[in-house]
Amino acid sequence: METYILSICYLIGSVSFILGLKMLSNPATARKGNLVSAAGMSIAIFGTLFFYQLNGEHLHNYGWIAGALVIGTVIGTLAARKVKMTAMPEMVSIFNGMGGLCAALISIVEFGHMTGEPEPLRLLVIVAGMVIGSVSFSGSMIAYGKLSGKVKDHSFSGQHIFNLAILAVIVVLGGFLNFGIGLSSLTLFYIILALALSYGVFFVLPIGGADMPVVISLLNSFTGIATAFGGFLYNNPVMLTGGILVGSAGAILTILMCKAMNRSLQNVLIGSFGSGATAVAG
Amino acid sequence: METLLSFIHNNLEQFYIVILSIFLGIEVISRVPSVLHTPLMSGANAIHGVIIIGAIIVMGEASTDNYLALTLGFLAVIVGTLNVVGGFVVTDRMLEMFKTGKGNSKKQG
Repeated sequence: METYILSICYLIGSVSFILGLKMLSNPATARKGNLVSAAGMSIAIFGTLFFYQLNGEHLHNYGWIAGALVIGTVIGTLAARKVKMTAMPEMVSIFNGMGGLCAALISIVEFGHMTGEPEPLRLLVIVAGMVIGSVSFSGSMIAYGKLSGKVKDHSFSGQHIFNLAILAVIVVLGGFLNFGIGLSSLTLFYIILALALSYGVFFVLPIGGADMPVVISLLNSFTGIATAFGGFLYNNPVMLTGGILVGSAGAILTILMCKAMNRSLQNVLIGSFGSGATAVAG
Repeated sequence: METLLSFIHNNLEQFYIVILSIFLGIEVISRVPSVLHTPLMSGANAIHGVIIIGAIIVMGEASTDNYLALTLGFLAVIVGTLNVVGGFVVTDRMLEMFKTGKGNSKKQG
């Protein structure tokens, strides 16, 4: 019975996300749309808290969960209420980074839980969630630093090749991990984690401060995809729909934002790499 | 190859959800006026905070003597809540500004 109620909660959550996004894209209904998705989110969260079961067992550690929820709510509300209107994009960037961090932490814990001979693709889902979440986290932190003027633009020649090289190493090591080749899998896992975090930094560092909103939107889309991997991991429909919706809507929004500035995404992402920029701009 | 095919077969429903959601996400926001770009980004940011459900499950399934899992799970629930609550509150504050400036937003849209 409780499992049935939980399924309904997740269904309501998914529908409210779709409705909320739709209403958010119209000025007249935008504010209501935000409330609709917030309500759906609450239903999904409380449903999980009270009705989630695994092999007939409820969740444990309610005290800790409640404590963490209260701490997060208090800090989140205060931070969002206190922030100046002009500093809002920075705040969005921080919150996006927190979502990425959350995805990465989940993957780390789940990796620790894997014992014996794991299903290969389950491992792939865990690693993918970890990599995308970490990139989103470190990238968002740099984006925040740039918007608030704490981090300056840095670029060196051949940086995009360097970035691609990091990405290639991550993919190769991920393959090793999945097929059990090389170092102990725990070491390999943490090397990939470190590489993913540094990739996020190197990805955002050379991009100009004025283009940060576009980058945040892109990283937002990344976190959405990381969430979807979490949905795959737990076979959870609301995480899956929410994540993929944000992933695809975020990607389109990124392109729309570029268009609004009369630029192409390619130009924004590699625009600051020296003289090549003007050629791309045409 | 067989692993991959059987994975897709066993998770066919999820793959349908993924593919349909991709099109839905594109369709739902494709005609958003440019004034709403930032609030929409912020609202979408709050929605992917649904990852917190995963954090709650991780935390709730951790055994009481696994301190690493407990600590990381605790941290995950905190940052996930920050994402959800902060995201919705910031979006609401951004949209508050539109209440008085409706005529203005129409012009730009």
